[in-house]
Amino acid sequence: MSENLIEVRDLVKHFPIRRGILFQRQIGAVKAVDGISFDVVKGETLGIVGETGCGKSTTARLLCRLMDPTSGTVEFDGRDVFAQKGDDLKALHRDMQMVFQDPYSSLNPRKSVGSIIADPFVIHGLYTGKGERKRRVQALMDRVGLNPEHYNRYPHEFSGGQRQRIGVARAVALEPKLLIADEPVSALDVSIQAQVLNLLRELQRDLGLTLVFIAHDLSVVRHMCDRVAVMYLGKVVEMSPSDELYHEPRHPYTGALLSAVPVADPDGSTSERQLLTGDVPSPANPPSACRFHTRCPKAQELCSTDEPLLERKGATGVAACHFPLTDEEIRVRLPAALTRNGGQPSAVSSASADASVSSESSASSSSSSSSSST
Amino acid sequence: MSDPLLSVEDLHVYFRTDDGVVKAVDGISYEVQEGKTLGIVGESGSGKTVSSLTALGLTRSRGSQISGKIMFGGKDLVAMSTDDLRKIRGNDVAMIFQDPLSSLHPFYKVGWQLVEAMQAHRSISRKASRTRAAELLALVGIPDPKRRLDSYPHEFSGGMRQRAMIAMALANDPKLLIADEPTTALDVTVQAQILTLLNDLQSRLGTSIIIITHDLGVVAEIADDIAVMYAGRIVERGTAREIFKQPEHPYTWGLLKSIPRLDSPRGEELVPISGRPPSLINPPSGCHFHPRCPYVQDSHKQIDPRLEPVASGQAHAAACLLEAPVRERIWSGLREGRDIEALQRIAASSNGRAASGAGQEPASAAASSPPPSVDLPEEQT
Repeated sequence: MSENLIEVRDLVKHFPIRRGILFQRQIGAVKAVDGISFDVVKGETLGIVGETGCGKSTTARLLCRLMDPTSGTVEFDGRDVFAQKGDDLKALHRDMQMVFQDPYSSLNPRKSVGSIIADPFVIHGLYTGKGERKRRVQALMDRVGLNPEHYNRYPHEFSGGQRQRIGVARAVALEPKLLIADEPVSALDVSIQAQVLNLLRELQRDLGLTLVFIAHDLSVVRHMCDRVAVMYLGKVVEMSPSDELYHEPRHPYTGALLSAVPVADPDGSTSERQLLTGDVPSPANPPSACRFHTRCPKAQELCSTDEPLLERKGATGVAACHFPLTDEEIRVRLPAALTRNGGQPSAVSSASADASVSSESSASSSSSSSSSST
Repeated sequence: MSDPLLSVEDLHVYFRTDDGVVKAVDGISYEVQEGKTLGIVGESGSGKTVSSLTALGLTRSRGSQISGKIMFGGKDLVAMSTDDLRKIRGNDVAMIFQDPLSSLHPFYKVGWQLVEAMQAHRSISRKASRTRAAELLALVGIPDPKRRLDSYPHEFSGGMRQRAMIAMALANDPKLLIADEPTTALDVTVQAQILTLLNDLQSRLGTSIIIITHDLGVVAEIADDIAVMYAGRIVERGTAREIFKQPEHPYTWGLLKSIPRLDSPRGEELVPISGRPPSLINPPSGCHFHPRCPYVQDSHKQIDPRLEPVASGQAHAAACLLEAPVRERIWSGLREGRDIEALQRIAASSNGRAASGAGQEPASAAASSPPPSVDLPEEQT
């Protein structure tokens, strides 16, 4: 049952920064993904969350080999993804499909919807009879909630939510084993998001898909995923089953993310919001050792010299932190709705945590700003 | 209660386009009290941005038709001449836009842009205005403000740019700050910083804020009062507490139930709003929400509901044809997670009773709300 569909080991992707006109020399690298390892179990939904620029989309693209890594391996169903060539690679891609963020730019405006969804069949030479292909496509359109009569329409005739359905239909056309959804709802209106989320869950249930779900919205990820990996500056800093991650985050960064989520309840906001100060440092020049130490409210000297490894810190989850959050800190920082026992803020500890955050602030943000301006 | 700082009365904003007249804002009224925050929530195309742009005269053009009143400090901003309005814009009323990168001029240093905002409205020396600009940057939490005055916008990160925008908006001590999706382009951690900043500034400076957003979480954090807009109208209005605890309009229910929330049990089924937002050129007949409303009854397709107080004398108002007790039963059912069909039966059965007894009432309500009296010239373009 708990068979791994994907095994990622020490995956690294650095984008070179070059300078010079004719003889370009590399002067540095943007470390988009910097040594991550994780498994995805068959049939589960793994969520990847993080802020802009933390490498989550790069990870998605590496998983299905839309780009080659700097180093590291990805094994998919026993096959080494980066060793495949030609027909083998084509066969591999048949089993892994992607849904993209922007339903406007990911569909060719000059092709009809029917031919967009039929494209996977054309590429893989399936269902060659013309009538058969059309029947298949229309069945798919029906499956994702589009009117099959709109077969000959063009993408511009559809709304954002419907376009995303087209993207989903195209992705599941070949009945892949793995579906990678990169921010599938962030470009959609709030009332439409739920339609697409429900569709993805339905398809997962019916087709037995394994889903890698990438998003920055923590509420959406919690709703969709069995397990969640939190990324920060190209590293996975915490990975736990959803329930554990959202109720007992061990990494201070996860705690800060959860603390920052606005809760749609005027009474239910965080008892003592832990605000991160400053901005995410540049991935071209990440902080030494623990990358979060420049913004971490709990950072000590050890954090800037020794890099923490992903180790078990909670019940089953792993976190990369020398000084994981204690139960008391979790209770104070999380939105009241998430702490199981209500969360009575203790004035003393919250005040001291606050002070350390604000004294941290000026130092860290000025250092980050000076690095960005050079 | 004292006089509101800003009161919008029966505002209509129509745009003539090649496809027809777009009724972007179709008769809305709201008030902003001094020192309070009003949240306007809605999807894209619901008219939430247009209504606030109109307050600043930014929708005035040859193709637009604006009627109604926007009273601010005893003057009507709709009737005001463009020159007079320019004196108010950026001075008494300031605006923060969604995308801080495209609303700062990439060519000029941030300090220069702040100084310009001040010198446009008062005679102040360059030196004094520079000192003030540095103070403003410090106020919004930008470290090392003196040095950052000489930075260009591209040297700032997204969150810092938004802080700089807020500093610019505050340059002339506005009484009212309009923030149009101020955090949509930002990450959650930065969003939390900006919202905290807005809250802080409000308690320190006493500025009134209108915050426009599609994110219910954001308004729950910051707003005192909330107006929910749909297809150019306000469909529900009340205090933040009322909207979240006792919402009355099916669209508000839809918004609340269609978003996964951190505080709801995991795995709870989302209840999406079916269909999509209507065209504003040919809005649906009757209640504009009826094609997407699960509780629609035949009569709702003809009668256009008015925004009426939920209980007499209350500020909480909703534009829905379902009767109040029925709405209460449906909402409590929704909260318990009962399935839609059972709730639809509640709506249907009550409608039968309503038709025999009090069926007259909604019809008369419709009759007494005449269509908006905006004179649109016959097709000329």
